[in-house]
Amino acid sequence: MSKTVFPPAIKSRPVYSVLEPRPGRLHLVVADGEGAGALSDLMAKVADPAGVLAAMHIMYTPGPNGTDESAALRALGAMQFFRAPTIATLLPRLAQVLTNAHMGTQFYLAGTEGLMGQAERDIMATGVPYRDIQKEHRGSTVRRVQCVHCKGITENVAMDPFVCSHCGLHLFVRDHYSRRMAAFQGVNIDAEDPGQVPAPVVRFQ
Amino acid sequence: MSGGAKLKVRLAEVVQVNALIKRFRFVRVDGAPLPAFSGGAHIVVEMDDNGTRRLNPYSLMSSPADRGGYEISVRRDDVGRGGSLYLHNEAKPGMEMEISYPVNLFALDSRARKHLMIAGGIGITPFVSQIAQISQLGGAFDLHYAARNRDLGAYMSELTAAHPGRVHCYFDDEKQAIDLARILSMQPLGTHLYVCGPKGMINWVLSTAAKMGWPAHALHHEEFLAPGTGLPFEVELAASGKKITVGPAQSLLEAMEAAGVDAPYLCRGGACGQCETTVLRCDGHLLHRDHWLTPEDQASGQKIMPCVSRFEGRSLTINR
Repeated sequence: MSKTVFPPAIKSRPVYSVLEPRPGRLHLVVADGEGAGALSDLMAKVADPAGVLAAMHIMYTPGPNGTDESAALRALGAMQFFRAPTIATLLPRLAQVLTNAHMGTQFYLAGTEGLMGQAERDIMATGVPYRDIQKEHRGSTVRRVQCVHCKGITENVAMDPFVCSHCGLHLFVRDHYSRRMAAFQGVNIDAEDPGQVPAPVVRFQ
Repeated sequence: MSGGAKLKVRLAEVVQVNALIKRFRFVRVDGAPLPAFSGGAHIVVEMDDNGTRRLNPYSLMSSPADRGGYEISVRRDDVGRGGSLYLHNEAKPGMEMEISYPVNLFALDSRARKHLMIAGGIGITPFVSQIAQISQLGGAFDLHYAARNRDLGAYMSELTAAHPGRVHCYFDDEKQAIDLARILSMQPLGTHLYVCGPKGMINWVLSTAAKMGWPAHALHHEEFLAPGTGLPFEVELAASGKKITVGPAQSLLEAMEAAGVDAPYLCRGGACGQCETTVLRCDGHLLHRDHWLTPEDQASGQKIMPCVSRFEGRSLTINR
């Protein structure tokens, strides 16, 4: 069971588990914010921490709430540690590593849904089955949402409904998730009665 | 009608491939094109072996682009239940037979960046059609194919000539073995692995890959089990209100069919899950032989796969 408890949702909504040690020639960790804690908990379960760290590449970026555990992660002593200032600057590094990686690479994603979803999308695109990519949610529950009308993506959505950052429509945030887009779907909430927009509430923290 | 709709076919050609293997080509009796299939699919061939009805699954090994006929290659098993012997000894060109529509339980995953195929002996057959499909539609593959000796390596010369550098052959009699750990360590990210061959080979390949960190869903295998023999046993069929006896060389599924019970099936080899049946009462031991039920399901004693599994004990009642 995931450490984060999500309300019941439709089947499309991703579910997360707890990172478990698995064999591999390369242990690739992609994490943000509080995801650092999932990695520490994982390392506590590893039988041969020195051996695993010697084959571990950590890519980390601060969370959308500002949580930055990079000092602690750097101190773990993994073979490689890379701190990116943002998710957008982390992903090109991931793409480069994937280009040269071989089978036997083990993936561990930890942190927010936006980070894990985009990393999963890029790993999945190489042919790795998504069900075998481990994901543990930690930290913020803000969402990455695609407007189904203009297709623009708005990051770190906390309010529901919210205003699309591209086309300006008022969007209701659905639990309907696209692995290919790595985004939840946002649907115009006042399409039939323009102007009848419910008061936004903070749904994602 | 269980097993799906049937196709009426004529045996158009029988070719002796080597000392143990014959190839059979079926065409439709009405001359129409056969249904399309994808590489890795199999058919169930129905045989009337002097009054004994045999239904055996065989992988299609012709090109999916060839809708004019289906080809299977059958290895003669002198100590089997008789299906392969019937095809080798009794099946003659011109004979009319019935086969099932093709079903694919061993399809290529088209999301893979590369397909790594490992074949042992007659396990080469699904790969022949898969490679034909890849040749048409594109894609990267490597085939590692082990046979007892050069004479028994069916289709090795054709595959090697058509795909130089991609087909790697190994011969047991020459003490050659597939260097599995080395091969698995060299594969680019996104490779999917497919293995078909003897049970020991399948277990070796799957367990080695798992230990090296290969993702579970990138590992594909196919193995059709023969139902196997055992002690005769009695079964009560609750839904049909019948009590039947399963003979020593008969499967539970075959015994039900012989008693006129239309039980569901598809692969008849313990792989597809179609014949899964609820056990209502069991005073004895279920001898699970399928690889469909999870170990937990098998241990629960509440389900049985009648196509390959048997029973030993006092009484068994199933919901069929």
